[in-house]
Amino acid sequence: MVEVDIFKQLKEFPLRVKVEIEQGEFLAIKGSSGSGKTTFLRVLAGLEEAKGSIKVEGKEWIKLSPQKRSIGFLFQDYALFPNMKVLQQLLFVKKDKKLALRLLELVGLSSYLDRYPSQLSGGQQQRVALARALMKQPKVLLLDEPFSAVDAKMRTQLHKIIKELHQEFKTTTLMVSHDIGEIFLLGDKILHLEQGEVKTILTKKELLDSKHKYLAKVVEKREGEVVVALFGNLYLVKTSKKVELGEMVEVEIDKLKL
Amino acid sequence: MIEPFILSFKLAGVTTLILFFIGVPLAWWLSQTQLKLKPLLEALVALPIVLPPTVIGFYLLWAFAPTSPLGQFLKEKLGIELVFSFEGIVLGSVIYSLPFMIQPLQSAFETFPKSVIEASYLAGKGKLLTLFKVVLPSIKPTLATAVIITFAHTLGEFGVVLMVGGSIPNETKVASIAIYELVESLEYEKAHLYSLAMVVISFLILGVVYWIKKRERWLK
Repeated sequence: MVEVDIFKQLKEFPLRVKVEIEQGEFLAIKGSSGSGKTTFLRVLAGLEEAKGSIKVEGKEWIKLSPQKRSIGFLFQDYALFPNMKVLQQLLFVKKDKKLALRLLELVGLSSYLDRYPSQLSGGQQQRVALARALMKQPKVLLLDEPFSAVDAKMRTQLHKIIKELHQEFKTTTLMVSHDIGEIFLLGDKILHLEQGEVKTILTKKELLDSKHKYLAKVVEKREGEVVVALFGNLYLVKTSKKVELGEMVEVEIDKLKL
Repeated sequence: MIEPFILSFKLAGVTTLILFFIGVPLAWWLSQTQLKLKPLLEALVALPIVLPPTVIGFYLLWAFAPTSPLGQFLKEKLGIELVFSFEGIVLGSVIYSLPFMIQPLQSAFETFPKSVIEASYLAGKGKLLTLFKVVLPSIKPTLATAVIITFAHTLGEFGVVLMVGGSIPNETKVASIAIYELVESLEYEKAHLYSLAMVVISFLILGVVYWIKKRERWLK
């Protein structure tokens, strides 16, 4: 259980977040740019100071340095160590080769162990960063808009990996995202932050009930189904109607398949 | 005949070594500090670039002369004489070449992604370990450039050495001073030889620096 109740004065408004996250839960955080989402994650990681309390499994974290918190952090720009090869990146966090190899296998990078970050694509770098963030087997995993810099296809692949890793390690996870599709796909609970204030904290079901249908663009036609693009992701939708490429169709969020 | 060159290399080597150990922590600190006085400290570090070497030499001479309180203290208590000695020209060179070590390092540290440093902290590593295991190995080309330029700059030094060290053979008479004396005494043939040697050495050193830079660009 993670209990957060923090306060931090930002330049334009105060950031005030009170939320409880169950062990193993996946909390997605949405909100417009500059609403304090990234700062909130940085406060949790100890990279920025704040007042209040952060209790993780009953232990108070607010005064702990980043080094002492059990946090895995996935940065927007990957933040890989330029001087280390893929396997070294993970072993630098913890000298456990067995775990490192297992994580790299899970993210599909077993054959890239000897590459430097500069020799990898954006998507591959992000997967290394994800594996590295899990190396400490952290109590809390923080993902800061992890897919904003990769293309739609890679994003879909990364979503699958995150979902699988979350099911396997059951790490309590907080993810900041602009992408509604991503938020629905991965989040158990969705926190909406605006101007530093928590507007709503809803479960996926509650959010789905509040708005059911979205418009999506048809990008590919198949037998009895079509591929639609919605919020930067590609989904399969069954359809009996005749639709044209490029047409906007109404889709139900909970019936989408990746 | 070759002694002034050996002395020049010895002076440049010792100065560079000292500046490396002062420069890395000082440049790192300057890159990370939020202190309001930072611009003043940066100006102080850069001062030797714009000051005439004779001014630095004059103040050092004034501060460390056996008649000054500091000079007296050093001589009586520690047995160190900094005027007209090799140690004196090393001190002068360290001050004179300081910006050439600090500035490239500080700029590399400042442009180094903050998130990478934070990722190391979150991996449980402290500041020192992060500096030595992540940051320094990642800026190796800049490190090499700073070391070589500092070395080359000290090699070409004249004013500070002349003011503080004079021209004592095997002690303070470095190549640049030897050339000056040769010209003064109209020994042009020797002066030509010494000067040509300096041109070739300096050119080779700068060639290495630009080769490193080209390789660094290519690696990116």
